[in-house]
Amino acid sequence: MTSFLQQAFNGLVSGSFYALLALGLAVIFGMLRVVNFAHGAIYTLGAFGAVWLADSAGLGFWWALLLVPVALAIAGTLAERLLIHRLLALDPLYNFLLTFGIALVCQDLLRMRYGSHSQPYEHAPVTGSFDLGLFEFPRYQVFTLGLSVVVCLAVWLLLTRTRIGTIVRAAIERPELTRAFGIDTGRWVTPVFGFGVGLAALAGVLAAPMRAVNSGMGADLIITVFAVVVIGGLGSVFGSVVAGFTIGMLAALGNLYFPVLSQTSVYLLMAVVLLIRPAGLFGKEEHV
Amino acid sequence: MGIAAAAVGALLAGCGGGPGAGGGKVSNAKIVLGVLTDLSGLYADITGPNAVAAVEMAVEDFKRKYGDKAITDNIEVIKADHQNKPEVASTQARQMYDRQQVDALFDVPTSSAALAVATIAQQSKRLYFNTAAATTELAGKSCNKYTYEWAYDAYMLANGTAANVTRQGGKNWYLVYPDYAFGQDMQAKFATAVEAAGGKVVAKDPTPFPSDDFATFLLKAPGLTPKPDVLGALQAGGDLANLVKQYDQFKLRDKGINLAIGLLFDSDIKAIGAAKLAGTTFTTAWFWNLDDEARAWADRFKKRTGQRPTFDHAADYSAATHYLEAVQKAGTDKAEDVSKQLDGMTFSDFFARNATVRPNDHRVVHDAYLVKVKAPAAASEPEDFTELVEKIPADQAFDQPSPACRMG
Repeated sequence: MTSFLQQAFNGLVSGSFYALLALGLAVIFGMLRVVNFAHGAIYTLGAFGAVWLADSAGLGFWWALLLVPVALAIAGTLAERLLIHRLLALDPLYNFLLTFGIALVCQDLLRMRYGSHSQPYEHAPVTGSFDLGLFEFPRYQVFTLGLSVVVCLAVWLLLTRTRIGTIVRAAIERPELTRAFGIDTGRWVTPVFGFGVGLAALAGVLAAPMRAVNSGMGADLIITVFAVVVIGGLGSVFGSVVAGFTIGMLAALGNLYFPVLSQTSVYLLMAVVLLIRPAGLFGKEEHV
Repeated sequence: MGIAAAAVGALLAGCGGGPGAGGGKVSNAKIVLGVLTDLSGLYADITGPNAVAAVEMAVEDFKRKYGDKAITDNIEVIKADHQNKPEVASTQARQMYDRQQVDALFDVPTSSAALAVATIAQQSKRLYFNTAAATTELAGKSCNKYTYEWAYDAYMLANGTAANVTRQGGKNWYLVYPDYAFGQDMQAKFATAVEAAGGKVVAKDPTPFPSDDFATFLLKAPGLTPKPDVLGALQAGGDLANLVKQYDQFKLRDKGINLAIGLLFDSDIKAIGAAKLAGTTFTTAWFWNLDDEARAWADRFKKRTGQRPTFDHAADYSAATHYLEAVQKAGTDKAEDVSKQLDGMTFSDFFARNATVRPNDHRVVHDAYLVKVKAPAAASEPEDFTELVEKIPADQAFDQPSPACRMG
């Protein structure tokens, strides 16, 4: 039993990465109808941002946690203004290709600068482990989970308790109707994109102390995150977070009890969910 | 039909032989060495562009040594990227042998790609010197007359590390291995070696590949009965860096579970941090700081490339040098004649000590080294990562020739 709980908890920790990434993808998709293929590359850039700050400026983890997401969010808003925005009126396929291209460019630039092997990052902000009653767990992992939950809750509060959040939710759920009420949803497109980018960068910084930092780290992860978003329901903010933590737990338990299925379980679940609820667990079917 | 084909074949052979016998001693009046490797991916740092540099160095040294007496002064080195994909590797290998007139291929990381290239070498009747892939199958059931195994294999890695760690008290092992050809081969070799040394494999688990989360297995380890003394990590590259970072955070060493690693390169030590790995033992075919002879070559290599060589780079140089020497001695670059010079040859160079080219499976056996990661304070320079624990003599470092190998 203890081992089951321990593994489930561990699943929540890896789920916290899925949740942060899926949350960003979901708000971006909801607001722009763009599937952001560069999301994995932003996660990678986030981790490399932490490495770069430590190597070149001697700034540790806390600085990275503050500066890197903000810097990448700004870069994201610029990319949205200069590139993505221009293609929004066209078929979504154009932005699909554009963001995919951006991802490849980022990945290869990193490879040119750092090579393909992993980079060291020795700046874990907390070490040692917590006694959680039934079992011990590394402090840093617990911190990651805690921060991710706090961020997800904050986003939820932002969306449900503020006027901006209401507008964004309205724009996500009923874009035509919202515009018909005379609300300029276009104003919010760029900030929302930057915000989603910032969340991915935050996940990247959080990954640096506990995962291998290399140019391929995001490409491996993003496929799973897409599955998470589809399971949660495309554009459903709540669904993406719930699915993120659930998939994390399932993958961890799958590793233990059904190692053969550990890599396929996510996609099996996706297939089942799509069969029963084509719009995902919390998605709404669109009637166009 | 068969007779007609044979007649045409004989005619073609006759035509081909004519100018060769009358004119130059080597085919196409040049020797072409091809480096087929990973130029931009996962293994580009441990093989890659620097493997090309090593082969170029061998050619330059050969020309300098023989001057006018060299069989030809027209020796080329060409390279190609196989992206670690077996299908790309076999297309490239065929192209290099057939169109670019390559006489011998070198390097080729990724076991599945190396096995594909060995098949093409056999079909093309040209030589292939593997230095980068670990699978024992190349000198086992997939062995052939044209393929040589110059550097290392999974048996060498497993045998050195597993036997030594078990002898030093690490009786109970928990093996985690990536679920693909290399990992499965390593796992089988490690399990055999542990048991042969009197140890026991308590459990073994395949891990998803690639994976950034190994916590499942790190959490499982302390709960196994009997509790393992050693976690045998058989991952490579980024997966290994992930696993060791998390091993460190889960404090398994404090819980009495030590770490043993299957395949470790300097770039991995750099990525993980020498401090985290200090004291970890592993087996290697060579390391640049081994002795004066090794250092002298490593200094030349660094001057040229700006980096210290891996054992793969050293093995490329060694293989290319002995290939050229064999061509010189044979007086031709015809693969079968060059092979005759190499088979059974014994030699020692800066890379391979007390080496023999086994004629029956083309495995080059040589001394291997059990080493451990130096504490950063003991390092003489930033790239000085390993120190010798003990030498594993050539006759113990590698497995006996496999009965599955039939060269015909």
